[in-house]
Parts: sequence; structure tokens; C-alpha cells
Amino acid sequence: MESQNNSLNFSRRNFLKTSVLAGGGMLIGFNLLNACKPNAVPPVDISKLNFTDFNAFIKISEEGYVTIFSPNPEIGQGVKTSMPMIIAEELDVAWDKVNVAQGALDTKNYQRQVAGGSQSIRFGWEALRQTGATAKQMLVNAAAAKWGVDASTCTASEGIITNSNGDTLGYGEVVKEAAGIEVPENVKLKESKDYKIIGQDIKNVDIDKIRTGKPLFGLDYKSEGMVYASVLRPPAFGKKLVSFDDSKARAVNGVIDVIRFGDKIKLLDGKIDFTRVTDKIAVIGNSTWAAMKGKKALLAEWADEAKLESTEDHDKELFKILDGNKFDTRREDGNITKAFAQADKVIEKTYESPFLPHNCMEPMNFYANVTAEKIHLVGPVQTPAWLSSLVSGMFERKPEEVHVEMTRMGGGFGRRLYSDFALEAAEISDAAKKPVKVVFSREDDMAAGTYRPAIKYRIKASLKDGKITGYHLKEAAINANMYGLIPDFFPAGCIPNYKVSTGNYQSKMTTGAWRAPYTNFLAFAEQSFFSELAEELGKDHPTLLLELLQNVKGTTDENIQYSGERMENTIKLALEKSNWGKVPEGTYQGFAAYYSHNTHVAEVADIEMKDGMPVVKNVTVAVDCGIVVNPLGAKNQVEGGVLDGIGHAMYGDFNFKDGAPQAVNFDKYRLIRMQETPQVNTFFVENDLSPTGLGEPGLPPAGGAVANAIKVATGKRLLKQPFINQLDASKSKILG
Amino acid sequence: MPDYTLKINGKTTKVTADADTPLLWVLRDELDMVGTKFGCGIAQCGACTVHIDNIAVRSCSLPIATISGESITTIEGLSENGTHPVQEAWKEIDVPQCGYCQAGQMMTASAFLKENPNPTKEEIREAMHGNICRCASYNRIEKAVEVAAKNS
Repeated sequence: MESQNNSLNFSRRNFLKTSVLAGGGMLIGFNLLNACKPNAVPPVDISKLNFTDFNAFIKISEEGYVTIFSPNPEIGQGVKTSMPMIIAEELDVAWDKVNVAQGALDTKNYQRQVAGGSQSIRFGWEALRQTGATAKQMLVNAAAAKWGVDASTCTASEGIITNSNGDTLGYGEVVKEAAGIEVPENVKLKESKDYKIIGQDIKNVDIDKIRTGKPLFGLDYKSEGMVYASVLRPPAFGKKLVSFDDSKARAVNGVIDVIRFGDKIKLLDGKIDFTRVTDKIAVIGNSTWAAMKGKKALLAEWADEAKLESTEDHDKELFKILDGNKFDTRREDGNITKAFAQADKVIEKTYESPFLPHNCMEPMNFYANVTAEKIHLVGPVQTPAWLSSLVSGMFERKPEEVHVEMTRMGGGFGRRLYSDFALEAAEISDAAKKPVKVVFSREDDMAAGTYRPAIKYRIKASLKDGKITGYHLKEAAINANMYGLIPDFFPAGCIPNYKVSTGNYQSKMTTGAWRAPYTNFLAFAEQSFFSELAEELGKDHPTLLLELLQNVKGTTDENIQYSGERMENTIKLALEKSNWGKVPEGTYQGFAAYYSHNTHVAEVADIEMKDGMPVVKNVTVAVDCGIVVNPLGAKNQVEGGVLDGIGHAMYGDFNFKDGAPQAVNFDKYRLIRMQETPQVNTFFVENDLSPTGLGEPGLPPAGGAVANAIKVATGKRLLKQPFINQLDASKSKILG
Repeated sequence: MPDYTLKINGKTTKVTADADTPLLWVLRDELDMVGTKFGCGIAQCGACTVHIDNIAVRSCSLPIATISGESITTIEGLSENGTHPVQEAWKEIDVPQCGYCQAGQMMTASAFLKENPNPTKEEIREAMHGNICRCASYNRIEKAVEVAAKNS
């Protein structure tokens, strides 16, 4: 079962150090999940924050204002707001006295400075609370010493320390003394019933900058003397550069240089698989437009270096895997062969998904300035430490010479886990001897992706005496298979004979994580299949799941992370809030439940039919993510995840022909838009358990819930995404 | 390269640029006004929306040479200090996730509300259909436009 103790390697000893700021106030440097180096000293000047020895800072001014330098990158998942909320809660200051700044500038020693897997809050929960509570205790101890009383007789709340005589001191009045005292051990954390900030609706801390158009994002970053680069990459996977003529490109106003590059990135060959390690051409201009225009004027000749794959080839290869017998076994319980042999009935279905591009609204971009002294990199990347080590390898430079600064990210969805654009910027800057910003066009962004790989699932179940006795899931995927504990998710532990088998086809296409990797499609396949099994057994889909979940309660299997009890509560909440089974005529409901990223989610989609096409009107979502740190932000994540899941299940259509993607901009590639969006109503299961992430878990069940509703409405069982092609091919293309 | 005189957010500015340079890149690269965002370059996503004489226009596909004396408004000039009812509503509803598309969303919404101060839900959904939000904050955008209409 899921451990409620998420303290991981957190050690209180020496995780926090303080200093008195030259300009007044106290600076607390701390390391999440890690102890500070013995020789680490926090700076006395706020302009010299040292993220080598500490990975986050809290500043308390003499006026009692608190600045928290939020340690995790912000890609839109809200951690820049929610993580400081957790510190502020235990520090016990009023939220309107708290200012949040992006602290994550340099990247050394960050234990988990990665936005991915919906894990920032889960991993930070214990450490952030300990940090806030320890700082509070130091302030209380300092005040007690000033008064000459025992600290245990003092209390602190909302930035004010009070002793038993009723005397008060503000935090700001004791910061100087607090900075000099010993860091206490074993501080007491609040009980959840005493929370004043956690659980409140707190607005995005960057809202004012966003709504007034202030520079925040990587694409907005500029430096003195910076030039822009637009890169011409091979037009298809499997092609390589032979030669090019840049005379027309150089004639474009504002084009400064044209550079063939790739040799430095080639030094990483074998270490990275997220970009094509091949020669590319950079057109450098004094504006983005000049660089883009120059790129269009390049004449390049390409040759085939490998087979040019098409979607039909991928389909053929994946079916070959499913039809064959070369699989890795990822989990096996009981005896699946026997279960199928003894079955009253065997049901088997195959589900198919296409590749998907990420399409962050902010196209990939990065700034690099490679000089003899240091390498300076700035931009939107989810994995700054990895980038730093790759670049130090590319240029054979010491790691401390590479500095990565993160900006706010205009979406991530997994794309910015990979730093191909930053490696390109570094190599171009080195060759051009200039600070360079590489800017992808939307076409570049969609054609040079780290795509969600195409996957096919074949699921087979045996029924005997009205029960599901066996379940066999086969996965055939491009490049890589499901990871970690996914084979131990539901229905593992619920069905006695259970097996997960995986096989993959190695393709030239670059693939990677895409919001809720694997489960973004697996959940659809699985929950469509359970809807079908329920029909076969003459049961309601959620009723069948609730029955099955009884089998996993009290399991001793440590691999099984999801909880029968928590999923049961989540499902029941979704049924209650959606009026399951009690909707008016003309409304059709579909259900799906899925556990992923440590969070339990159940969704009900309400659809209506209009002109023979399903219209999703409402989605009711029940979520168990433990304590909800910021309900306002949490709901935003769930709403976005659900609509993203529906949008891609419905419209995401990305095919290759002879190695080239067939859609590279929004005229041909359809994303969900306002008029296609249902109202999402989110409800949280209330409990006191440690919080888990929300960036991803809302997404996986959405496609299944909609597909199951469409089955009820039309009788048609959708087995392949995108749905739009199965419903009405004439409507698969865009819209005006 | 020719010179152009632009009236942006009430101020007159001179820029030198090729005639085919989209207004978007003049704003971002030449004038350091980066609130207007690049999303697709083909007028399909709305991230680059600005107002030209109060009408919402996709600046990524608008060559600078086609502008002559019209009044250009960008997110930076929609109001002083973010007090336009649309900007206030965006805060009240806490719309953004990543936030990248929101300037374009607000520019579309503000031009729309000027034309149609009391829109129905359907009209709002139709008016905002051209702006993509990849984080899919659509429910909140819809609600924020309603709130802005009420407070305008």
C-alpha cells in the first residue's frame, strides 16, 4: 500500500542555515531533501543568492515581509504558488505578507529540480513543512531569549510571537537575533485542522505579470548583443544533409550568418535519443523574422540514410508484435493460460493510438552564450541539471562553468524534459561566437518533436461463472514500453490470473514522455475494456469496478500503489456528484476511473447528440490527491487535464508519410477549442493524507469516460484514437 | 529598410523594418514589447492578438507595411496597471495555468466585449473559439469573459 510517510531521505540536521542580510533582515538558505554542505554559508547580500550550496531561500525583512524563492520550475502546474504556500503555512505568516520569486536560477545540487511526473508537491511536502516550522521555531526562540522566558511558553501566529504575559514581537523585530541562533531539531508540525493557508484558494503568484504582458517566458528573454537563430533540420526522419546553397538566405535583410552545425552534439551520440544527431543548418539574423525568412530561402539537398517510415509501417510492425510471441513479462499473477482454458467466455479487443506532438503554446526556444569563461544558458527547460551535464560534455568544460537559468515555461507536457533546442543553441553560439536565441517556428516545433509514441494495446479477459478470472494486457509500442509500476496499477491485485506483456519496435522517430506517459492512452484502453466487460456481465461499469476493488483491499503486495479504499471512495463521490444513472433523456453518461501519479481519479462524462455527432456537455471529476494544498490551483489542473485528455482523444491525429509528419501547424493539426469544451466540475475526496500531484492524473480517464458515453449514445464502441475519424471522417479536418 | 511610424498604446514610435515583417516581430524584437506572443505564425492560434483600431487582429500575419496611422493596442497598453475589466476578471477567476496564451485571450475578449457588451454564453464561446489554450483553461476563460461583461 502507499506509504504515507513521504519523508524520503529528508534529514533535518543541517538542512537549513541562516544569515543576517547586510540590508537588514534574515536569510534562510535550505536544501530540500538534502543536508547543506558543512562549509556552505548563506550570503549576506540578496543579490548573491547562492544556489550551489542551497536550493531555495526564504528572506524575512525587518518589516516582517517574507520572500520565498520558489525552488521548482513552473510549467503551468502551479507549484510556484503551492510550494511556497506550504512553507508559509508552517512559518505561520499571513499570505498577503508573502512574495514569491523564482529562485531556481542555478542548478547545482538540486535533488529534484524537475517538473515532471506530478511529483513536486509529493516530494516537497515534508521538507517544505519542516523548513517553515524550523524557521518559525528559530524566531520564537529568539523572541523568548529577548524576553528571558522559556520558548515553550510562547506562541506564534501570522507573523506575531506572543508570550504568556501577552507581550508581542513581530517576526521582523527578531530576525537579526534569530539568524544567529542554533537551528533547532525536532520542531513540531501543525495538525491539518490548524491550517490557515493550505486548503485556501490562493491565486497564481504570477497573475499580475501574466495579465499585463510582462516578460516571463524563455521567448521573452534578451541579452545585450543577442542574435536569433532559425534552424533547418532534415525534412523527414531518416534523411540527412548532403549540401546546401545559402546565397539567397544570406541576401535576406538582417541575416548575419549561415552555419552548418552538429559536430558538438554528435559528441553526445549514444547518450541522447531525443533529437536527431545529424547535421543541421542555422540561419542567424538580427531579428527572429530575419532568421526565419533566411531559413526559408535556404536550398538544401537531402539524402536517405535510413528507411523512411510511414504510419502504415508502424501499424504493421505493432500488429506484428501483438500477433507474435516475443514479449517481456512485466507482471504475472496466477495462471493466465489456465484461466483462459477454463473460461466460459473470452473477450479480446485491440486499442490503437497515434503519435502525438506536445504543442506547447510557447514554441521551443533557448538562449546560449558560450564563451571562454563560461557557458550561459537561459530558457524554458524542465531538466536543467541534465542539460547542464550534457553541455559540459559537449564542450568538454567543467560542470561549474555551465550555468543554466530557468524561465517560466509556456507549457511543458513532457516536451521540455528534453533539451535538444538548448543543445542546438549552445553549439550555434559557440560557432557564431555570439549570444544566440534559437527560436522554433510552430512547424519546427511539430516536426522536431519528442512525440508520444504510437501504441497498441490488446487486452484479453476470461469470464467464468459471472466473474472475471483472467486478464492479459499486451502492449506494442514504438521505441519504449511502459515504465515503473504501471503494470501494478489496477486491475493488478483485483483479478487472480493477471499478466502484462510488452514489446516494442525501434523506430527512427524521436519519442519521449507526453503528459501522463503511457497511461494517457492505457487508461482509455483499459476503461473502455472494463465498460465492455461490465456490459457482458450485465453490470454497471462502476459497480463492476467497486466489486473488483474489494479484492485488493488489505493486499500485502508492496508493488501495488493504488488503494482499494481510496479508489472506492473516489468512485462513489463521482457517482454521487454526477447523478450517475439519473440523467434526463437525451443525456448519455460514460464512466472511467484511473489511478496514476499517486492520485486516484474517477470521471463521468455527460454527452448529448447533435447532428449525429456527440457533444460532451459536462464532466464530473472526483479526485483523491490527499490534502488539497491550493483548491483553486488544483481545480485548474484537473479541468485542464480533463479537457486535454478529451481534446487529444477526440482530435489528436498525427501521421507520418515517408518519415515526415503530415501536419505541422494548427491549420492541419486540431487541438480542442472553446466551443468543443464541456464544463468540468471537480470534487475532492476529503482526507488528511499527504498530498500528491495533479498535473497529470486528471487526464488519463477522460478519453475513456467520453468513449463509454458515446457507446451508450450511439452503440458504437470506439477502439481507436482520434475518435473524430471513427465518428465522421468528413469532420476530421479543421473547421474555420 | 523603410521606416514606419506606428501609434502603439497611444504613443508614436518609429521603426525600421522590412515591409513584410509581421507586426508581431516588430513589437517583440524591435520595440521590446514581448507581451504579444508567438504561437503559430499563421493566424490560427490567437496568441499574437492585438487591437488595430479596436478590432482584434493576428499580429503574426500582419505585415508592418499594411499599417498606416491606425491605432495599435497591445496587452501592455490595454490598461494602465492591469485595470481593464477583462484583466481584472482574469485575476478574479485565476484563469492562467502556464499563462502563455492569455495575453492573446484577453485581447480577443476585450475587443469582443467592446462590440458585444452583453454576450450570451454561446456568443462568448464562439468569440473565443479562435484562441487556443494548450493548458485548456477554457472553462475559466469562459467564466472570466462573463465576469468582465458584468463588470464593464
